[in-house]
Amino acid sequence: MEQFDVLVIGAGVVGSAIARELTRFKLKIGVLEKNLDVCYETSGRNSAVVHGGFAYDEGTLKARLCVEGNREMTKLSQELDFTFLRCGKVLVGKTEEDLATLKRTIAQGERNGATNLRLIDKEELHRLVPAAVGEFAMYSANSGILDPFGYTIALAENAAENGALYFFDQEVTAILRQDGYYLVNTSRGAFKTRWVINSAGLGCGQISDMLGIKGYHVIGSKGDYIILDRRTGPMLPMPVYPVPSNTYMGIHVTNTTDGNVIIGPNAETVTDFSYYGVPQANMDYLARSASEIWPHIHKADYIRNYSGILPKWVDDKGVIQDFKIEIRPELAPNAVNLVGIESPGLTAAVPIGRMVAEMMQEYETFSPNQDFQPKRTGILRFEQQDDETKARLIAENPDYGEIICRCEKVSKAEILKAIHNPLGVSTLTGIKYRTRSMMGRCQGGYCQTRIARLMEEELGILPQDLRYARRDSWMFTGSLREEVQAYGKA
Amino acid sequence: MEKHDVVIAGGGPAGLAAAVELHRQGIRDIVLVEREKTLGGILRQCIHDGFGMTRFRRSLSGPEYAKAFIDQVLELSIPFLTDTTVLDITGDKVITLACRDGLKKLQARAVILTMGCRERTRGALAIPGERPAGVFTAGVAQSYMNLYNRMVGKEVIILGSGDIGMIMARRLTLEGAHVQAVLEIQPVPSGLPRNIRQCLDDYGIPLYLSHTITAVHGRERVTGVTVSQVDETLKPIAGTEKEYSCDTVILSVGLIPENELSIDAGIRLDTRTRGAIVDEHFQTSQKGFFAAGNVLHVHDLVDFVSLEAEKLARSAAEYIQNGSLPPCGISVKAGFGINHTVPQLISGQRKVTLSMRVNRQFRDCAIFVKQKDAVLACRQMKKALPAEMIQIPLPENAVRGTEEIEVSVVC
Repeated sequence: MEQFDVLVIGAGVVGSAIARELTRFKLKIGVLEKNLDVCYETSGRNSAVVHGGFAYDEGTLKARLCVEGNREMTKLSQELDFTFLRCGKVLVGKTEEDLATLKRTIAQGERNGATNLRLIDKEELHRLVPAAVGEFAMYSANSGILDPFGYTIALAENAAENGALYFFDQEVTAILRQDGYYLVNTSRGAFKTRWVINSAGLGCGQISDMLGIKGYHVIGSKGDYIILDRRTGPMLPMPVYPVPSNTYMGIHVTNTTDGNVIIGPNAETVTDFSYYGVPQANMDYLARSASEIWPHIHKADYIRNYSGILPKWVDDKGVIQDFKIEIRPELAPNAVNLVGIESPGLTAAVPIGRMVAEMMQEYETFSPNQDFQPKRTGILRFEQQDDETKARLIAENPDYGEIICRCEKVSKAEILKAIHNPLGVSTLTGIKYRTRSMMGRCQGGYCQTRIARLMEEELGILPQDLRYARRDSWMFTGSLREEVQAYGKA
Repeated sequence: MEKHDVVIAGGGPAGLAAAVELHRQGIRDIVLVEREKTLGGILRQCIHDGFGMTRFRRSLSGPEYAKAFIDQVLELSIPFLTDTTVLDITGDKVITLACRDGLKKLQARAVILTMGCRERTRGALAIPGERPAGVFTAGVAQSYMNLYNRMVGKEVIILGSGDIGMIMARRLTLEGAHVQAVLEIQPVPSGLPRNIRQCLDDYGIPLYLSHTITAVHGRERVTGVTVSQVDETLKPIAGTEKEYSCDTVILSVGLIPENELSIDAGIRLDTRTRGAIVDEHFQTSQKGFFAAGNVLHVHDLVDFVSLEAEKLARSAAEYIQNGSLPPCGISVKAGFGINHTVPQLISGQRKVTLSMRVNRQFRDCAIFVKQKDAVLACRQMKKALPAEMIQIPLPENAVRGTEEIEVSVVC
């Protein structure tokens, strides 16, 4: 049985950030993930907004870690080579009541340490976002957007480059404490470790129970989204939000780092944490509701819809609680328990990782990993290069001259790099997350067949073994015919 | 920068026909650009027959139909580039190409847009439910089966009665899959009657009109769909839900002209066809840019694509030779019962054929082409179907003045 210093449960953005922070020390780290890739649940299913930190009560971990995460995001994105745009964000209002709420929000933000928050009039709002509807707005210049897949993948790949081992398709089924170690049983094996970290996201309640820290009530808040064609991007230079209520940000429109627009989310309390279906009524509601703040939503621009679920820890009265990040030595020594890491988990992931590492060091001294390399390089995007660079890239590697995905103009060179990714992920969705192929307006109509074949060839797998995203998401039943033999050979 | 008289973007049926006809008209300095390894476009994967009845007076398979043109391109030594993607076309006709040999820029005198169309996807239709593997557009499934030798599933539901969907119903059945049903949200089929007979009726595959998928089920692979009947406004009727268990959903729900390059070149599109607005020379709003085939408006038969591209080529040749084309100031409007007409602008000086589709099914009707009160042409029809493209020629000298022309259905 493989033995570890630390096992991180969950390869979402938080688990990957924790794993990366811990690789700064001389530790043998494993990451267990039930899916076949990172960011397959909440981390890849959200608005991808880097929050300013004004929406949370003073003194909470959500407020503190969000402000911290926001502040360091530019540096982090440069270090790890993922796309982050500090484009700002507006919350638009109409009524006296809205104005009062926005003033309160700014004051709260300032108490939280958020900066660059101010009220703006209609004229300035329309200078910032000509298409936004509102009489006035709150402007948060520090807010931004990132590529949620690229971000988590970057954290995970950097953790892996620094020695963390990723194990996919390993759903934790039981955790036993034995002779000062934890035995972690999974759907496919067993692991031994000195430390366990519960960063299981939607599964945090179950893992907490397995650790013997019982009693957390975690509910799911499901939100649906619609994605619009890239042609709409120029009409939305920054996210436009309505005035928030206490617990819910409201249905907003958000630009993406690739120039699409996403609409959503609604918020529906759910108990099934694996149902991501989007009903018709919700899509209609999203479009209707968001049109009130940004009237450019047309069905002809729809390219996809998706949903995500936030794990929210609630008390007996159903009131949503702060992030819980704890070590409970009396119940589970050498275990860090993270419960209810919902929004702003994406913004706060790295500060959460640091906090976890600091908490662990109250119990044990870790010696620094002198070889830690904080920089990581992602897959260069051919489409985003100038003509001179494009020409040079093709001259150096002709695979750049072969465009596989026409909508997002992704070259064969990028697809090959994604197929041979450092984490060893081998699903079609994995290629999509790493290159943007199949994410455009034709949704893989042109390139998916080519990518499927490349994967089979490069990885030496049979058609029936190719997976779309999850374990049983097979693409083909097999070949139609035996491959035809050349004449004379038979 | 390399300079050429004509650059053709797309080596499918329209691009091939345009290239051959240009050559016939004496234009030699042509570059036909194709992103695939071979010419032929979508015809390469259409291994069924039924192509060529109008153009060649016999029934050919897709690859055979394409070969008829490819052979001429080779015979006439018309220059073409395969494995080459057009990255960008500017309004002043600089074309950027990417291929394994490098990034190339071409300066053209005329640009011919023949990029074809793409399939409408599940996301574009916003079909509700989960997003498992096993939902394919008909063309993708066809490509997997006919070009990639991959079987896509066993228990199949097909949404949409488009022609490719029906052809795939037959193809899947022949390969041992069980096609449970074809569902069509409209009260009339969207594909051709001959395909309903040859692909569904002959194989006992039921076609349910006024039905649609109201939820897709499955977290990993498709496990089933909920199907509902719809009312006259196409809204699902509560209480009519029926569950089907299946592992594959094939979508044949429409085609969209692929005009991303056209938009970047500053060409104005028609909101109904989603193709360029063209005049009778198939010239777009940008001088020297021409479009024909499915990139202009979705055709029912490839034969008409070739014929349209040949007409385009004659105009483009005239443009190259004279530097301009006669102006077209008379607009053609789609009136009652007509979804769209192509071309949208005519000169009134020459013989021209109007292509159109009705927006719903009509029986015992007539299609009138009128200029104010004057009837320029009229076609009596026992049955007019949205699935079929209708063409009405306007005789020379029929048009008077510059008043708008309107095409409408009269019952």
